[in-house]
Amino acid sequence: MQDKINQRTDYRAPFLLRRLQEDPRSQGMALISPTFFYLIVFMILPLVLVVILSLLTRGPYGNVVYRLNLQNYSRLMDSLYLRILWYSLEVAALTSVFTILIGYPLAYYIARAPRNQRSLLLFLILVPFWTNFIIRIYAWIMILRTQGLLNTLLLNLGIIKIPLEMLYTPTAVLIGMVYEFLPFMVLPLYTSLEKIENAQMEAAADLGARPWQVFLRVTFPLSIPGMIAGSILVFIPAMGMFVVPDLMGGAKTILVGNLIRNQFLTARDWPFGSAASMLLLVLTLVVTLLYTRKAGFGEELLV
Amino acid sequence: MSEKKPSLGLRLYAILAYAYIYLPILLLIVFSFNTQKINVRWEGFTLHWYNELFRDQDVLLATRNTLLIAFISTLLSTIIGTLAALALQRYRFPGYTVAESILYIPVIIPEVVMGISLLVFFSLLNFRLGLTTITLAHIAFNIPFVTLVVRARLHGFDKSIEEAAMDLGANWLITFWRVTLPTIMPGVLAGALLAFTLSLDDYVITYFTAGPGSTTLPLRVFSMVRFAVTPEVNALSALWIFTVFVVLVIGQVVQRKQA
Repeated sequence: MQDKINQRTDYRAPFLLRRLQEDPRSQGMALISPTFFYLIVFMILPLVLVVILSLLTRGPYGNVVYRLNLQNYSRLMDSLYLRILWYSLEVAALTSVFTILIGYPLAYYIARAPRNQRSLLLFLILVPFWTNFIIRIYAWIMILRTQGLLNTLLLNLGIIKIPLEMLYTPTAVLIGMVYEFLPFMVLPLYTSLEKIENAQMEAAADLGARPWQVFLRVTFPLSIPGMIAGSILVFIPAMGMFVVPDLMGGAKTILVGNLIRNQFLTARDWPFGSAASMLLLVLTLVVTLLYTRKAGFGEELLV
Repeated sequence: MSEKKPSLGLRLYAILAYAYIYLPILLLIVFSFNTQKINVRWEGFTLHWYNELFRDQDVLLATRNTLLIAFISTLLSTIIGTLAALALQRYRFPGYTVAESILYIPVIIPEVVMGISLLVFFSLLNFRLGLTTITLAHIAFNIPFVTLVVRARLHGFDKSIEEAAMDLGANWLITFWRVTLPTIMPGVLAGALLAFTLSLDDYVITYFTAGPGSTTLPLRVFSMVRFAVTPEVNALSALWIFTVFVVLVIGQVVQRKQA
């Protein structure tokens, strides 16, 4: 048996090698194959398993019963879970809106700065983004805590008499999320603003448009692709986020991400957690498609 | 857009925005030197918390784990991802679009979904969760980013110098080693740097693929923040920020020199 296999590989090797040297198509396939197989095994296959798992049921001891049904999905339609889902959508949408409000003027400022300063200004936006995101959350916990910086400051100034409860509120979650994802918005916005030709703005001005009209009718519409790309880059991670609610939201704020995590690690209902994951995945894909249908997948998404 | 002197309002806004970005981090660093333990009120300068940190066995072990995972996953994902970038930028072959769309998956999939799917996968195979599973997972999410960065670099690559090398008698291996690789090296390094930082930084996927004894720094920081907020967390954060900053500046300088 062993001899046979050896013979066969001996026989085929020179042929394969020859093909690899002469045929560019085989060369391309040889180069892509490690990535292809790696991602099939460690990304696609796991996802397929989750799809299958979502169609099974949890047994009485946290085990999995192999019987196909849609029970988990109908359970997700319970008002309790729908409310969590809606709340997650709300938080993700609000995060996108606030990052636009804060990030737009900033991106505009950088796009208008002297050419040699632009990369430094962008670099400065990115530096905190390279530090660990839990550290960034911690910085805000330190500020918002009951014995935190903000309360200490306000008490010392005599503005308040008793410390405010700022941490462990929905607002705290939003503050954390916005701070976390701001760079994702500023970068694509900058890219699209930077590309706008000066001639277009000058033409509008020559034709009698006032500066604010130039902005509203020329600059703003041309920056929409960047805004869409930024919104996707903020929305997707915000939808699945469970760390910020965990650390800043207290027990009341549960997002889909927390729901999924809990099903897998505390409730041990993997099939139900899988169904919730599929719902999250489909939702983010739908939102992404809706966003991109108007703009098309721009290169802004890939900065 | 060309430069134009921004209005006073816009300039003030920019100053405020940068303050908003940097102030929390600066405060974090400042209070790592504070003697007061519970309240965030400045009392006096100390290096006590750094001292504590260097004696914290858990932190040291987590640092070792994090670096180990980051090095191995960076090395492997850089090699695999660079090959993919070469394939996609240079060749047309059956399965091209499939390969390209698979590479987009980690960009559009929520991290938590990727985390739980790997958890399901590893437990179904009875794989013991630990350093190996974390590293395997990190390689998976790093490959696409490396490919993206290296492809961007290959975009303007002049194929004729390779052909010249071949004409002069170099075989494809020598051509790759002496001509192609040195040319795309800055892109490969940039991809590796990105992979390294992504791996150092990852919490969500690591959280789902970690087992007993394989705590990494982000996991450690999380549990410290969650259960006992002391200036030791500040000290750890400050050191981390400092390290990242140094690595970033070195990266920029290297890229500038090569460009």
